[in-house]
Amino acid sequence: MTQALPFVVSVSVQQADFDVGGEIAALSEGRRDVGAIASFVGLVRDLNDGSGVSAMTLEHYPGMTEKALEEIVEQARQRWSLQGVRVIHRFGRLEPADRIVFVGVASPHRGEAFAACEFIMDYLKTRAPFWKCEETPGGARWVDARESDDSAAARWQDRG
Amino acid sequence: MTVKVLYFASLREALGRPAEELALPAGVATVGGLRAHLAARGENWQALGEGRNVRAAVNQRMVGADATVASGDEVAFFPPVTGG
Repeated sequence: MTQALPFVVSVSVQQADFDVGGEIAALSEGRRDVGAIASFVGLVRDLNDGSGVSAMTLEHYPGMTEKALEEIVEQARQRWSLQGVRVIHRFGRLEPADRIVFVGVASPHRGEAFAACEFIMDYLKTRAPFWKCEETPGGARWVDARESDDSAAARWQDRG
Repeated sequence: MTVKVLYFASLREALGRPAEELALPAGVATVGGLRAHLAARGENWQALGEGRNVRAAVNQRMVGADATVASGDEVAFFPPVTGG
């Protein structure tokens, strides 16, 4: 066993699409101590709350967004033994099947990778300043926050 | 004694502006106080009124209504977030 390699975190807020395979591969590039990589990819759905969605525009708060995401990753790092985290969140106009968000987590063990990946997504949903405006047959509408997102984030407060 | 106030998403649309410079009114020292002051402008500004689901950030950190506001701060008001 070699000496511990540093924790690597990278957060991007961008308009451009991303390469899922490349991002996952990069999480263990150049190191032999990673045992597990868990990842999540969020996509634009063509149906939401019973209406067809032809496109959506994601607005965000430049400056705060990056800070909020970095803070969420830092909280995950303090809870679990992690080796690397990559978060990418897109903004601007996206269409169904387009990728919105990527979270990838590298850890020595799968349990921690799964948990941290889910934690980051749950916290991102309630704390990162993004807002979705959907284009539907009835016109443009802002997506309302879901209570289920709040409870998904809150459940982590009851766990060690 | 001014603050920069930012509005996002549906709130930005309802208020018809993304941002404004505001002289901090005498007696306003908290996020909740500033929000009430703005809501008192009436009409569309009631979108910031009591009971409306509005979140706030000071200097790009999410805070509660009791958070203090001081000259030079960047204060943002927005609806609950819906990213991911």
